[in-house]
Amino acid sequence: MRLYLQKNLYGDYGDGHAGGLEQGTKQDQEKQWPLWEVFIRSKQGLDHKHAGSLHAADATMALENARDVYTRRNEGMSIWVVESKYIHASDPDASAEFFEPANDKIYRHPSFYDLPDSLKHM
Amino acid sequence: MEPTTNQLQEQFQQRIDLEQKIEPRDWMPEKYRQTLIRQISQHAHSEIIGMLPEGNWITRAPSLRRKAILLAKVQDEAGHGLYLYSAAETLGISRDEMYEQLHTGKAKYSSIFNYPTLSWADMGAIGWLVDGAAIMNQVPLCRTSFGPYARAMVRVCKEESFHQRQGFECLLQLSKGSEVQRQMCQDAINRWWWPSLMMFGPKDDESPNSKLSMQWKIKRFTNDELRQKFVDMIAEQIKVLNMVLPDPDLTWNETRKHYDYGAINWEEFKQVIQGNGPCNKERLEARKKAWADGAWVREAATAHAAKQANKKAGAEQYSTKETQ
Repeated sequence: MRLYLQKNLYGDYGDGHAGGLEQGTKQDQEKQWPLWEVFIRSKQGLDHKHAGSLHAADATMALENARDVYTRRNEGMSIWVVESKYIHASDPDASAEFFEPANDKIYRHPSFYDLPDSLKHM
Repeated sequence: MEPTTNQLQEQFQQRIDLEQKIEPRDWMPEKYRQTLIRQISQHAHSEIIGMLPEGNWITRAPSLRRKAILLAKVQDEAGHGLYLYSAAETLGISRDEMYEQLHTGKAKYSSIFNYPTLSWADMGAIGWLVDGAAIMNQVPLCRTSFGPYARAMVRVCKEESFHQRQGFECLLQLSKGSEVQRQMCQDAINRWWWPSLMMFGPKDDESPNSKLSMQWKIKRFTNDELRQKFVDMIAEQIKVLNMVLPDPDLTWNETRKHYDYGAINWEEFKQVIQGNGPCNKERLEARKKAWADGAWVREAATAHAAKQANKKAGAEQYSTKETQ
């Protein structure tokens, strides 16, 4: 089976046309291990954060490789891996329109409200 | 209306000038993409080939402590290669294509790794000089304009400091040892000094890609600027070792506030780049052999993954039937 990926991803994802890239990368699935994105929780209480990507044959190998590649110095205590092709992303070319609804709603910020200085603890 | 290429190019340069990072799916000039693919993959290949000269001494490290350190360092180089290959892949080149370019000689790697590691002291000299020079190059790359490359370099730089320090410590110990050990230390410095200076690449007036790379903020400093910083640093550090650098012209220049240094043998650099260094053939053969010998492992892992996936699918089907 041949899968035509528009882009191999790391730190930015999505469908649709890739910036400046005319043709997608041909990936021969029979031969090349799929690409996985790695997310690491650096310590208890923090979010998992994107760390990078790697190739692995399956999820078990992806986790083990992620441990060896991204946590050689105790950088993590929990790892998530997800095959890159399952990630959907917003389109960077449409980001202006996409995020536009938040722009004119400054009343969502506490600094919008002008209150007297004598008011304490607020 | 669709923006024209000129407009896109202008916007692109504006973003660069504003220090905004470029991410994989943003519009970028084709030359920017190609320059980055070349530079990042070359960098990745250097990390991978760079494991070979040091791998030579793992089994012969003088103590268990040194052996454990060297193993960890070589493992780091593999990790650095992997961070960088991932970053290059975001530009639309596959891992296999990059390997092929390396194996066919189409892609280059740092010329330094085509020199042999003749004594244990070379492990120290590589850590101190070669990794030291690499750090000079890499620290500004943490701010390079392409996001994934910059992020990969932040990781690399965090780990690289250990490499340089362990190298210096190794030489420091030799420098305080017997006469033979002191000679070994000086000999390693003599052999690695000039190739380390060549690691910064051709002189500025002979570096054709530099101007555009600076404009796009892929590079932040020119080759000669970085080389000078390196000379200034090492010329001071060597005093701690009580050794000398093999350059009779090395002198402090009070007006420039920098060290002057002798002429680099650019003919040697050219020869090594063109494949005529002492170990070019050996390095590439070792790399190709490792890739070929590992083929069955890669195939077996793929087959195992497929089998496990089938098993799981079968079991799920079965359990669904059961509950119905």
